[in-house]
Amino acid sequence: MRYLPLQPEDRAAMLAKIGAPDIDALFADVPEVARLDGPIHQLPDHASEMAVERALGAMARKNLTAGDAPFFLGCGAYKHHIPASVDHLIQRGEFLTAYTPYQPEIAQGTLQMLFEFQTQVARLFGTDIANASMYDGSTACGEAIVMARRITKRGRVLMSSGVHPHYVAVAKTMAKFTRDEIDHRDPALTAETDITALIAAIDDDTSCVVVQYPDILGRIDDMSALAEKAQAHKALLIAVVTEPVALGAIKAPGEMGADIVVGEGQSIGVGLNFGGPYVGLFACKEKYVRQMPGRLCGETTDAEGQRGYVLTLSTREQHIRREKATSNICTNSGLCALAFSIHMTLLGEKGLRDLAALNHAKAVKAAERLSEVPGVELVNDTFFNEFTLKLPSDAREAVRHLADREILAGVSLGRLFPHASELSNGIVVAVTEVATDADVEQLADGLASVTQNQREEVPA
Amino acid sequence: MSMNREGRPTRPQDAEATSETFTGNRALMLEEPLLFEIGDATLTGVDLEAAPQAESRLGGLERNRPIGLAGLSEPETVRHYTRLSRQNYAIDLGLFPLGSCTMKHNPRLNEKVARMPGFADVHPLQPVDTVRGALEVINELAFWLIDLTGMDGVAMSPKAGAHGELCGILCIRAALEARGDAREVILVPESAHGTNPATAAFAGYRVENIPANADGRVDLEALKERLGKGGEGDCDVAGVMITNPNTCGLFERDMKAISDAVHEAGGFVYCDGANFNAIVGRVRPGDLGVDAMHINLHKTFSTPHGGGGPGSGPVVLSEALCPYGPIPFTAKTKDGVVHLVEEENAAEFDHNDSFGRMVAFHGQMGMFTRALAYMMSHGADGLKQVAEDAVLNANYVLRSLEDVLDAPFGKSGPCMHEALFSDKGLADGFSTLDIAKALIDEGYHPMTMYFPLVVHGAMLVEPTETESKAALDQFIGALRSVAARAKAGDKSLHAAPVHAPRRRLDETAAARKPVLVWREPEVAEAAE
Ligand SMILES: Cc1ncc(COP(=O)(O)O)c(C=O)c1O
Repeated sequence: MRYLPLQPEDRAAMLAKIGAPDIDALFADVPEVARLDGPIHQLPDHASEMAVERALGAMARKNLTAGDAPFFLGCGAYKHHIPASVDHLIQRGEFLTAYTPYQPEIAQGTLQMLFEFQTQVARLFGTDIANASMYDGSTACGEAIVMARRITKRGRVLMSSGVHPHYVAVAKTMAKFTRDEIDHRDPALTAETDITALIAAIDDDTSCVVVQYPDILGRIDDMSALAEKAQAHKALLIAVVTEPVALGAIKAPGEMGADIVVGEGQSIGVGLNFGGPYVGLFACKEKYVRQMPGRLCGETTDAEGQRGYVLTLSTREQHIRREKATSNICTNSGLCALAFSIHMTLLGEKGLRDLAALNHAKAVKAAERLSEVPGVELVNDTFFNEFTLKLPSDAREAVRHLADREILAGVSLGRLFPHASELSNGIVVAVTEVATDADVEQLADGLASVTQNQREEVPA
Repeated sequence: MSMNREGRPTRPQDAEATSETFTGNRALMLEEPLLFEIGDATLTGVDLEAAPQAESRLGGLERNRPIGLAGLSEPETVRHYTRLSRQNYAIDLGLFPLGSCTMKHNPRLNEKVARMPGFADVHPLQPVDTVRGALEVINELAFWLIDLTGMDGVAMSPKAGAHGELCGILCIRAALEARGDAREVILVPESAHGTNPATAAFAGYRVENIPANADGRVDLEALKERLGKGGEGDCDVAGVMITNPNTCGLFERDMKAISDAVHEAGGFVYCDGANFNAIVGRVRPGDLGVDAMHINLHKTFSTPHGGGGPGSGPVVLSEALCPYGPIPFTAKTKDGVVHLVEEENAAEFDHNDSFGRMVAFHGQMGMFTRALAYMMSHGADGLKQVAEDAVLNANYVLRSLEDVLDAPFGKSGPCMHEALFSDKGLADGFSTLDIAKALIDEGYHPMTMYFPLVVHGAMLVEPTETESKAALDQFIGALRSVAARAKAGDKSLHAAPVHAPRRRLDETAAARKPVLVWREPEVAEAAE
């Protein structure tokens, strides 16, 4: 077995030192009922590196890879070009095979990186501070709602209809523990968001208002008035960002008064990975720091007065505070935070702004081109790199037909809101820098032919 | 400076060698400024095509003010992070005996597999017909986990161990609510990891302690008495959370009896599976009456810790809890097709009682591919050998050190995959911290310190199975030497580490006045 260095003579010598007759003697405390007579029968025996690589390679080849097709999916996970050095650097063993930096004297690499990451996230979001990462955007959002409850001691949560439905589902799962009451509706296929309705709904029982920016249909709306109303009622405004590249082009939620800003960092540095691992971003106003979940890295000095970094304020955390902790999170998304931070460093202010401008321009052009397709209607007035189209009939069907032609057309709203028939003709299309003009043409042609077929089959 | 077999320098340390340099660097020990001190807003390490002409659709919300990000060119970026990396200890550099964390070798085949474009470059919401291979991986891994644990089902989506705990406790809560039995209490031993009580409290339960007996295991009689409190049919205990093998490094001999007692009282048994490495392939928790157990793929199944994650925490479930498990999950039908079961088709797969969704998508795919490669590489025979070698290595460490360090449960039978010591017998004024920091100077990552809480000055050593006897012997030599110094009252220990990139860091100051983000010096000064 190539991963096990002990040889038979080592094992014999070690058993002798221990004073055990055989290995079974070390398992003597296992009760009779749970003793097995040998390796577990249903499972195969060990395999060579080549054999394993072949078997898994065969499974990998059954998938249609984003890079091999015109690709337009978004809705919480985005395909961007990741510079080659990002993956190279995160594979350095000193990053890859380190543990959480509990011994700061020999973990300054991870700690300094986290301090830089926290700074990048806080600046991107326009907030005072950020933590060292959460599992992903959806769980960060759930934790933000729980944090708002701790701060306001209220349990009424207003969730905008523009929040990703999976994020809403996670919040509802969390609410089963907290007994929060979650007020949420499905979105309407309109250019307007529900901000006005949310403003009207805030009252003195409201713990927080949760708004996604840009929202699930790609719409962008100003949150300032909402922030003001929330503040007047001592409720918190939580902004959710699933596409952080957007913040290279549009105002930061913090600038508009959001109290907590959470997000999914996947689109910078991490890659699609069929949904995980991703990296949850969590930022807020400094006055709430002691209510924050997750790890925080802070600056300090060592015994010789040299600057250094440590994990700090851990009296909020489970390993110190146990049942009184702000969250149960322990392992977070360290290596994905590193990937995010390296990609962000390569971009810098200039690169992020250019990348955002490129995404937006490509998306605008694509939206114009696609809304020329007969029967296809653009829903949005505003958007960044993702917008919603209304097709003449069920968009799920269209997506499947186009997938058969190896075009990954977008996310149908039927997939995200299977119970909402009024949304079933909607499709959310994301256009990032990786989409070429030829890809957009293929999508337009594809949409033209499926909508034509659909119009012929199902008269309106 | 070379090392002999005992791990001591062959030449005495030269005090002059650490004299000051102009740069602050010491040869290969390189200081690295913060990104924000070396980068700036105009530098970039990417070349992008020019944006085509297009009318803005941003609705007047353009970001006009500077963001405040710093950029670097590619060579500067590579150097910045390479220099930072060298200030880290890692498994790739040496033994990492961090108890409860299972810092074993991370096979590179797994990294290669996870990066196959068919896994790394697929979107979670692609039409299912375009991702059948990805679903197959999830399903295959699920079956390995079910077979290895002897359980009935598994929830794959939890993102780490603590998230798995939450998933398991939510299943228990759903099962109890389904029978109209609202209970309020979860029992957790004092030796448990902090995530256990934090999870139970997060889930709205009151946490009570399960007493331990003198040999470091759950006190079965006391547990039975607590379960019986409240009278026949009136138990308020929703369940217990027990770590097995436990955090003192011992197998819970009475595990089956504990499960039986809890079940009899109408409760459920959650097992913290963080220590599964000790028994993988040798003992199936399902045979011990467990209802739910998370498995840290980033421990037992070798997915890298990455300096604090990502992890992955699938939860295996008993027949009683399966109906309540989260969506999405995969299911294979008789025709061999693997399906993705989500909200809309849950009914088709007879899964109407799910408590809902834990995360946005399907879980940690990148960890699934790595863990599956690891399992297939080892097979049933290799995994059994993993447990045996892990336990052998830990017992070897325990018996090689118990004459110099106090082993509070050394007489409680063999240990499992970790050896526990206390600070008893160290000279006055010397602590576990001194031992840990001195090990850093010896070139090791310290063991887990001050956990579990039930042992004074705990030192929990988990060598794992991927260490050779020679590596263990050198570590044992180093620890014997450090322990001898601490017992002899060698005051130089208080200064350790002296050879690391930093001396002891002031954690109190860091917490008193938290500096969590970098600020331009003029801004930071103005805030003073
Ligand atoms: C015993 C025990 N339980 C639970 C956990 C939590 O696991 P995770 O860090 O993956 O959330 C850990 C890991 O640190 C552990 O050691």
